[in-house]
Amino acid sequence: MKALRIQNLKKTYANGKQALCGIDLDVSQGDFFALLGPNGAGKSTTIGIITSLVNKTSGKVYVYDHDLDTQIIEAKSVIGIVPQEINFSQFEASLEIVLNQAGFYGIPRKQAYASAEKYLTQLGLWEKRNDPSRTLSGGLKRRLMIARALMHEPELLILDEPTAGVDVELRRSMWDFLTDINRKGTTIVLTTHYLEEAEKLCKNIAIIDHGSIIENTSMKSLLGKLSSETFILDLVNPISMLPDTGSYQLHKTDDSTLEAELHNGQDLNTLFDMLNKNNIRVKSMRNKSNRLEELFVRLLDKSNHRH
Amino acid sequence: MKHNLFLVAFNTIVIKEVHRFARIWIQTILPPAISMTLYFLIFGNLIGSRIGTMSGFSYVEYIAPGLIMMSIINNSYANVVSSFFGAKFQRHIEEMLVAPIPDVVILCGYLTGGIARGVAVGVVVTIVAMFFAKLSIHHAGVIIAVVLLTSTLFSLGGFINAIFARKFDDISIIPTFILTPLIYLGGVFYSINLLPDFWHTVSLFNPILYMVNAFRYGLLGISDINITTAFAIIILFNIVLFVISLYLMKTGKGIKT
Repeated sequence: MKALRIQNLKKTYANGKQALCGIDLDVSQGDFFALLGPNGAGKSTTIGIITSLVNKTSGKVYVYDHDLDTQIIEAKSVIGIVPQEINFSQFEASLEIVLNQAGFYGIPRKQAYASAEKYLTQLGLWEKRNDPSRTLSGGLKRRLMIARALMHEPELLILDEPTAGVDVELRRSMWDFLTDINRKGTTIVLTTHYLEEAEKLCKNIAIIDHGSIIENTSMKSLLGKLSSETFILDLVNPISMLPDTGSYQLHKTDDSTLEAELHNGQDLNTLFDMLNKNNIRVKSMRNKSNRLEELFVRLLDKSNHRH
Repeated sequence: MKHNLFLVAFNTIVIKEVHRFARIWIQTILPPAISMTLYFLIFGNLIGSRIGTMSGFSYVEYIAPGLIMMSIINNSYANVVSSFFGAKFQRHIEEMLVAPIPDVVILCGYLTGGIARGVAVGVVVTIVAMFFAKLSIHHAGVIIAVVLLTSTLFSLGGFINAIFARKFDDISIIPTFILTPLIYLGGVFYSINLLPDFWHTVSLFNPILYMVNAFRYGLLGISDINITTAFAIIILFNIVLFVISLYLMKTGKGIKT
């Protein structure tokens, strides 16, 4: 069963702007799916339509086989949404917010209390459960939105830039949390501008630009499309001249740092052998830029040329 | 199963709404009590004693039902308009819009919140009125029906106002420029039988006149208007505004993109 099926989805806003030009998208049950794209590409419109906050112009959306047009109650029951912007009452306490949310999904207050305790504790909010939500830090507000979205145990969790503006430590703890709930069976659709995040978490990916899907594949096969990758090598001892490495291109950034560009068919072992022969020892190594980021930029460049 | 879900959702909205106005009782319950005390002091005791009787009742007794109704109208309207617009403004209305709740349940939840505040304020103002006027109950059924129907009607009015409002100024325009004049000219302080023919006829187009008089009938047993006509008009307005509100919700006007 598909967790989400989108067929020929179109959206034209009242001002004439065509936000979605007929997109098709399938997300399998249990997937951790990345929906990426630049600002204004159509990600939030797509999410808005799935969650019924935006009226579509045409097309079909199915959530766990429930047609959004004819079975909206059933479809909404299985979706949890963590929106991009803070959207809870600033005057209510965290506990009140999550209990109310459970109530909106038909879960009585007494029954919801156990889930509230579980998720607020897991997300580090239980101690502050009675504080007005406006007093929470930005990171805690984001966590509160995740706790709220999970109160009815959704089968499909949609996260619209959940870690925007969140510090590194908190972002990583959120990654662990999301990975864990995905492992337990929740299908996750994630939009993010942090491509490292998408690469780390997601199994499949779609890239949307100018209202069209320009790439829809597995993360692995997308990354496999990279024709070259650049690594930064930090050396143990400084060197004055570049060694001869044949077809392996090396550039010297400074006396202790090299940039190595590897094309398809080339491998790091051969390069290291050649460096060893020249008595050059590598202390550490890293990618020059995020691999997904590089692909993302290339795909968008191509898409921009078409428009 | 679904009905149970909707009932829980409805209860949640109502509890949320009642908590909201109860939490800020200094802004919601206390002001009408104070302003009504002043009305009773000035119009009832100080000026009223010089006016004499009206339709066989002392002036303070005559205006008491109108003043109670004025509080109910203002507060049921204010509750829904401020709460729903606040939810729109802070975007937490989305909590409900993404949930599996039919539009009619959301609407009824907000209306019940408005009715609850209207009734709560009505009770407080009635208690205040009892310090100044001797109030009796002529027809309890009429009192209950007219209070519920009127607070529903103005909750619906507040809801529609909130749907169209884009900024905070927009939620005070209708109460200031339409509601207040209609209330003051709706027979709260006088009987329309005292007016010249032209203004008497004009007054008949003011829907609030029917509510004030129906409520006055329930308390004092007197009315400038036929009670059946009054109820017919109040019910008609309720139906029309309810259908409009539901239509606006369904189309997502002001709340969806």
